[in-house]
Amino acid sequence: MTTTAERRETTMPSGTRTLTLAKAINEGLRRALANDPKVLLMGEDIGPLGGVFRVTDGLQEEFGEDRVVDTPLAESGILGTAIGLALRGYRPVCEIQFDGFVFPAFNQITTQLAKLRYRSRGAVGAPVVVRIPYGGGIGAVEHHSESPEALFAHTPGLRIVTPATPQDAYTMIQEAITSPDPVIFFEPKGRYWSKGEVDLDAPVGSATLNAAKVVRAGTDVTLVAYGPTVATALKSAEALEVEGRSAEVVDLRAISPIDTATIVDSVRKTGRCVVIHEAPMYFGAGAEIAARVTEECFYSLEAPVLRVGGFHIPYPVAKLEHDYLPSVDRVLDAVDRAFAH
Amino acid sequence: MKHETDGGDVPLLQLLTPDGTRVTTRGTKQYRDLAADLTPDRLRAMYHDMVLTRRFDEEATALQRQGELALYAPARGQEAAQVGSAHALRPQDYVFPSYREHGVLQVRGVDPVDRLRFYRGSDHGGWDPNEHNVQMYTVVIGAQALHAVGYAMGMQRDGVVGTGDDAVDAAVVTYFGDGATSQGDVSEALVFASVNNSPVVFFCQNNQWAISVPTSKQTKVPLYRRGEGFGVPGVRVDGNDVLAVYAATTEALQRARRGDGPTFIEAYTYRMGAHTTSDDPTRYRTSEQEELWAGRDPIARLEALLRAEGALDEAFLTDLAADAEVLAERVRTETRKLHPGSATTIFDDVYATPHSIVAEDRAWFESFEAGEPPAGPVSAHTPAHPQGGTR
Repeated sequence: MTTTAERRETTMPSGTRTLTLAKAINEGLRRALANDPKVLLMGEDIGPLGGVFRVTDGLQEEFGEDRVVDTPLAESGILGTAIGLALRGYRPVCEIQFDGFVFPAFNQITTQLAKLRYRSRGAVGAPVVVRIPYGGGIGAVEHHSESPEALFAHTPGLRIVTPATPQDAYTMIQEAITSPDPVIFFEPKGRYWSKGEVDLDAPVGSATLNAAKVVRAGTDVTLVAYGPTVATALKSAEALEVEGRSAEVVDLRAISPIDTATIVDSVRKTGRCVVIHEAPMYFGAGAEIAARVTEECFYSLEAPVLRVGGFHIPYPVAKLEHDYLPSVDRVLDAVDRAFAH
Repeated sequence: MKHETDGGDVPLLQLLTPDGTRVTTRGTKQYRDLAADLTPDRLRAMYHDMVLTRRFDEEATALQRQGELALYAPARGQEAAQVGSAHALRPQDYVFPSYREHGVLQVRGVDPVDRLRFYRGSDHGGWDPNEHNVQMYTVVIGAQALHAVGYAMGMQRDGVVGTGDDAVDAAVVTYFGDGATSQGDVSEALVFASVNNSPVVFFCQNNQWAISVPTSKQTKVPLYRRGEGFGVPGVRVDGNDVLAVYAATTEALQRARRGDGPTFIEAYTYRMGAHTTSDDPTRYRTSEQEELWAGRDPIARLEALLRAEGALDEAFLTDLAADAEVLAERVRTETRKLHPGSATTIFDDVYATPHSIVAEDRAWFESFEAGEPPAGPVSAHTPAHPQGGTR
């Protein structure tokens, strides 16, 4: 094993470019690998193949097999060894191939990764990032379209984030990697090929790990979305504008912690709130947001907080997934119900 | 049904018979040579650690009975496996234990009172892992085996394997029991260690009982062969023979530090006590078996050797008895004083950086504890209406 991966000198691209969300994560990973020799990528098929979604395309060639590691096909093994590497001072970024495959690693993430800092009273920590492509809409077979974010958000010790745009994807993956806390980084795989402007020189701090963002201003209803449903919320807002209703759209970005303040500020203004996510509504992020908004905006609310999300069924077959996924029509229906109160 | 795991025909590395006599058998020369390092001073040091480990066990068990510990998992009977293997470690090596390795912690110098913080319920950990290169105890069975392999993969990347420099080359030992070998994480750890050729020693203490379930219900093949299919060589050693344990672990560690990869050691031993202070072994095993193993006590075995070789003088024994008393007294008095700190410390160190949900929970709890009026909405926001919410 070489201790320093041989690679050619890299000049990082700068300026603003139009990138797909997948390529934006790739550029963010590339920058993280170049900036910190302790950063490692680990996962199945992330080497020569570049990952099944090509998110790690070209990175093994550039940084070597010791830093972009094709692991054995065992998710608990990936997470468990990542924890050990983190205890040794490394910053592993694990790729889980699909949402439905994270569960063999669920034990390592929830009983070990999430608790190391707490158990040691801060003496040790495990700054591991777990990248999980999630969500549906891509016509895939079973276990390839799920949204398990609530299962992780329910675990103290983890940070849960999800980008909705290429710019956020680029910045957020770097902020996740520099965070001393473990971060579950949910990538909206249905949006991997959506394009957007990315400022490659955007500052990398920690803002996106904690802060939601108002991505469209409005006055009559607040649409809270994250990851894949932000685009749905924005399209719904356009349709509502035609109807003469002004919707404010909040892109949550972080699910743990939820940025309560940004949501509350918006709902106190609009008086109505609709939460949109692909995950089942029951015990989902929307339920938490509804509780928080109700508690803090009770006297500002014109209507109960409503949710548009998955039903309490396993993710359905691909041929019927578009009947299951939150659509603009279902969002408009929820807004109508909110206005009917 | 006869299981191969019961012993009998299965090879067992032994350098010391149960009555404390050194034995020479075919194929053990390399181990006898390694054990030859053990001067009378070093043997006495091992004996010292084994006796103190047992005394610690007795004091901790008594404290649990007095209600001072929530639980305790005795190591009685496993002192040779733990102390012998730990004496093979160098300072730069790293240990990933399960939760019964009190003898390993004794050798590594983890404070006896710190060792009980976890069992008292005043801490989830108890010591700084990097102070003695011993991770905290892991309760989820087998999970630590993967951490050990990952840590060893880090050592490889740090260039501290196979340099030939004794002060630099390092390895990892992970401890687990016979029951843990059934966990997927242990098998995955063997896979990762093997394909990465990582410097890891898988040290399995087969104490024959996973709480109430015998090893015969965990495996049909002797555990030392568990690594074979993974490409990890194995050795089965008499876990109550401190010389054999030391020699086998030394060999495995040397191999790992050289860069020649992982080894699986099955230390065949017996849990003389209960699984924990909450267990009742009379429900699942016979007193005949317990008596049989009482005759194979690892401490008595080393003591017999030391006496036979004239290495136990009265001065040493007097000092040892005094050390044991000091340890016991300290454990008795200091453990009772262990306290986790104020209630608000439950909010500390969940995250390294501020997390608003923990912050609001803490703020609410602090005002509640202070007897202040209902804090209203849980977030830091000014409530829209003075009534606010309640919790």
